[in-house]
Amino acid sequence: MINYLNILLYLQIILSGVCLYRVVRGPTIPDRMVGIDIFGILVVGICGIISIQTEKSYILDIGIAWIIFSFIGTLTLAKYLSGKKLHE
Amino acid sequence: MATIILICIGVLFNIFGCIGLIRLPDVYNRLQAATKCVTLGTCSILVGVLLHFGISNAGVKALIAIPLLFFAATVAAHALIRGTYHFGVKMSDKSVRDDYKDVKDEVS
Repeated sequence: MINYLNILLYLQIILSGVCLYRVVRGPTIPDRMVGIDIFGILVVGICGIISIQTEKSYILDIGIAWIIFSFIGTLTLAKYLSGKKLHE
Repeated sequence: MATIILICIGVLFNIFGCIGLIRLPDVYNRLQAATKCVTLGTCSILVGVLLHFGISNAGVKALIAIPLLFFAATVAAHALIRGTYHFGVKMSDKSVRDDYKDVKDEVS
């Protein structure tokens, strides 16, 4: 069971790297923000898998805190964007 | 065993979401594909964690994280895409309809 979990954990980490590709590459500012948002959600899945592997419960706390800070950050950046214009 | 199956389903959904994040043409399509797939996939992973630990110290934390993730991710995506439209990012050339353009001034 631990071997299967290792494979899934590495897949999830590779997917986080794919999201960072969109953050580096994205042509506009909202593309980068979408990449950061999706990266934050994927990290919560990584925290869940690691908490099964190590049988510790405090790693899920990191996931919950990451959800809340990602929510606040995305809302702040969205509010900042809606007051701007692209071609000015 | 049920834990492994649920986590496999979750990682599969995450893979589909990340393929959409890379391959689709503009920011609206990317956010629409990635947010739905990745949110439900991560919820599936957390249900697997809950089944593994049962009702214990860690299982209740996973149970709290599921609705928190569900509401936070969807509300953040909605606000982000609304800000993107007001920012003035163009849709891709293959898009056929834009219903929000007519009511944008009334809503905001």
